[in-house]
Amino acid sequence: MTSLQKPEIAIVGGGPAGLSAALSAVRQGAEVMLIDRDPALGGQLVKQTHMFFGSRKEYAAIRGIDIPGKLMAALEEEGPEKFKPLLDTTVLGYYDDGVILADKEEEQAMLIKPQKTIIATGAAEKMLPFPGNDLPGVYGAGAVQTLMNVYGIKPGTRVLMIGAGNIGLIVSYQLLQAGVEVAAIIEGAPKIGGYLVHATKARRAGIPIKTSHTIKEAYGKDSVEGALICSLDENWCAIPGSDLDMKVDVICLAVGLTPQTELLWQAGCEQKYIPELGGYVPLRNEKMQTSLPDLYVAGDVACIEEAGSAMVEGKIAGLYAAADLGYAEKVEERYTSYYRELEELRAGPTGAKIRQGLSRLNGGV
Amino acid sequence: MLEKTGVPDPEQVKDITPSEERLQKGPVVIVECFQNIPCDPCRHACRQGAIKEFEDINDLPEVDHDLCNGCGLCISECPGLAIFVIDATYSEEEGLVKMPYEYLPLPEENEEVTGTDTEGRPICSARVIKVQNAKALDRTPVVTLAVPRQHLMKVRSFVRKGGE
Repeated sequence: MTSLQKPEIAIVGGGPAGLSAALSAVRQGAEVMLIDRDPALGGQLVKQTHMFFGSRKEYAAIRGIDIPGKLMAALEEEGPEKFKPLLDTTVLGYYDDGVILADKEEEQAMLIKPQKTIIATGAAEKMLPFPGNDLPGVYGAGAVQTLMNVYGIKPGTRVLMIGAGNIGLIVSYQLLQAGVEVAAIIEGAPKIGGYLVHATKARRAGIPIKTSHTIKEAYGKDSVEGALICSLDENWCAIPGSDLDMKVDVICLAVGLTPQTELLWQAGCEQKYIPELGGYVPLRNEKMQTSLPDLYVAGDVACIEEAGSAMVEGKIAGLYAAADLGYAEKVEERYTSYYRELEELRAGPTGAKIRQGLSRLNGGV
Repeated sequence: MLEKTGVPDPEQVKDITPSEERLQKGPVVIVECFQNIPCDPCRHACRQGAIKEFEDINDLPEVDHDLCNGCGLCISECPGLAIFVIDATYSEEEGLVKMPYEYLPLPEENEEVTGTDTEGRPICSARVIKVQNAKALDRTPVVTLAVPRQHLMKVRSFVRKGGE
């Protein structure tokens, strides 16, 4: 039998949102346990070799891979005795009485009963249905990035990228950097979804971008040997006779993310389906507090967005989780500055979808 | 159309091209940033005040070409790798294009390469003049190419001869 651990605050997920929440809560004076299933903190940051956009406060022009180290150094400075990372540990359940069940290194069960919990579990990749999508050689973009940028393994020799959002564009560029050919980036929508500077970077390196195109099927005997793609009309219907045969050994799917809300469902948080935010997302107030007062959220689990906004949401969740425990120094002042930062990041045309989704989430329609 | 193809329109390129008079005075920045996204490191990188202060982080960088001295500090600071410096005064026939280049192996100085355009199409022979990769550039090396002057606003990348 295992003993019950009782940290003041437990954070599930050590990506940009979770790490920022930890820093913010520790800065207030609270004691934090940060639980992550990976052997190193950083979440998806550990494979983001490109420079980030956003504001200087959230590490713009810094490479994603360098951000965890900066946040860790700040945590070290704020009070290492208050910060307890629990790595290689997967949270399996969240129970009615606020107890978290976790599994350390697949051999040790742990029971944790924090006073406040911040869920920062991020997102999962979406899948695309098409014949042959179970062939070896069909990857999610996250897996391709992990193979290349974490383990130094090329996924194949010639790639068809599906999806021209930021992830599809960035991973295509990183494939080129790794010396892998990218045959094309195809996108079902009539317009490129990601930042256009990422698109121009891929184009000037010679990668074609085909908007209004989709994959019909992947083929190959034992693994992917090619793909049939076709163009779409304005109603997203395949245009007869537009088939194109692409000889590739990798098909990489970058067709969107969806919040990883399983723990929130189990906890019984109220959630709402908001397509603009990526699917079901938890209702929360301006403190990032869910319908359950002891449960907070931050990052992609709350709304699919950029890492910069995830970090600010983390700061807000960490601030209020700590404040509710009585660590209330400069709460208003800090919140005001974080809130302003979030507003700025979401103010432009690329933030329109997020603004619309958030207003639907709060508006109750 | 940029949003459909990922290639800037000639009109957009024309709008950001410095005047002929300014080009005759020496190196100057070209900021190929055409979309309002939340991003502002370029303006913090500029020590000449040539990139105007943003009112909103989603603003497009507004460049005062007369204040720009072509130092190129902003090139490796742009997360979108969308900043170049061109110098039309290099020689009678040739001008210089400074560009970010994040591929290995890096080219050698004096190497002959093929200059490519915004679609990756080969357009001319080019010569590597300088390769900068100091620590301050934080792994975004800056390569200076000499290209025929008429291609200064066209060459935005290059391929090495005999393969990549």
